[in-house]
Amino acid sequence: MKRSHEPIFWSLFGAGGVLSALVAPILIFITGIIAPIGLWMPGEALAYTRVLGFAQHGVGKLFLLAVISLFLFHAVHRIYHGLHDIGVHAGTGAMVAAYGSAALGTVIAAWLLLAIGF
Amino acid sequence: MAKVKTYVRPMQGWWRRNPYFVRYMIREASSVFLAIYAVILLVGLFRLTQGQAAWDAWRAALTSPISLIFHWLALATVGYHAYTWWKVAPKTAPDLRLAGRPLPEMVITGGGWLATLGASALIYIIIRWM
Repeated sequence: MKRSHEPIFWSLFGAGGVLSALVAPILIFITGIIAPIGLWMPGEALAYTRVLGFAQHGVGKLFLLAVISLFLFHAVHRIYHGLHDIGVHAGTGAMVAAYGSAALGTVIAAWLLLAIGF
Repeated sequence: MAKVKTYVRPMQGWWRRNPYFVRYMIREASSVFLAIYAVILLVGLFRLTQGQAAWDAWRAALTSPISLIFHWLALATVGYHAYTWWKVAPKTAPDLRLAGRPLPEMVITGGGWLATLGASALIYIIIRWM
């Protein structure tokens, strides 16, 4: 019997689901709403030197990689399986495109986090 | 062989017929917002590697009305995903037992909601004051 690769993608979907349920709303609220309009969050909070220091720290790197990668794997899994709901009966190509783009995003994030230094 | 003409129930707009399916589609749509948000963060990380001017330009772009509208919609849909994620957790999580008995569903769901609130408070405090 051909082994299914579904458990791998379901694990990444699940991990991304947990992480996004925990931290995505507050991250969206801070980086996308209150920091840009300067309400309840001073501009210095996301100043260049401060965020750079975070991205150069081991814990910061791990957090950023986990957030970007797992959010992507969670999202593409739902989008891929949701295509059926909107009448698109996607095949292998769509599956490769979905998980491939999440994998590509992961590689780019990892590469940038290495390039940014320690 | 003659083509058999079987009645096929039209599925166009199927999810609009029932509020339960509308909520399902909103939750599934949250993943589109989550994917775009992850790409916005990835672009931000790329701009961060390019230096201060590039980083400040990324931050300035986030103040545009289109960005603010996107993030409000993302907050609403992804927030709804967070709510439902813990709501179904008693059925999707591994069999959790305490003293041989399964944990009550409300403990798992409530614990998840509290974890989200706690993580949110922690992240706000770290970004603002640490």
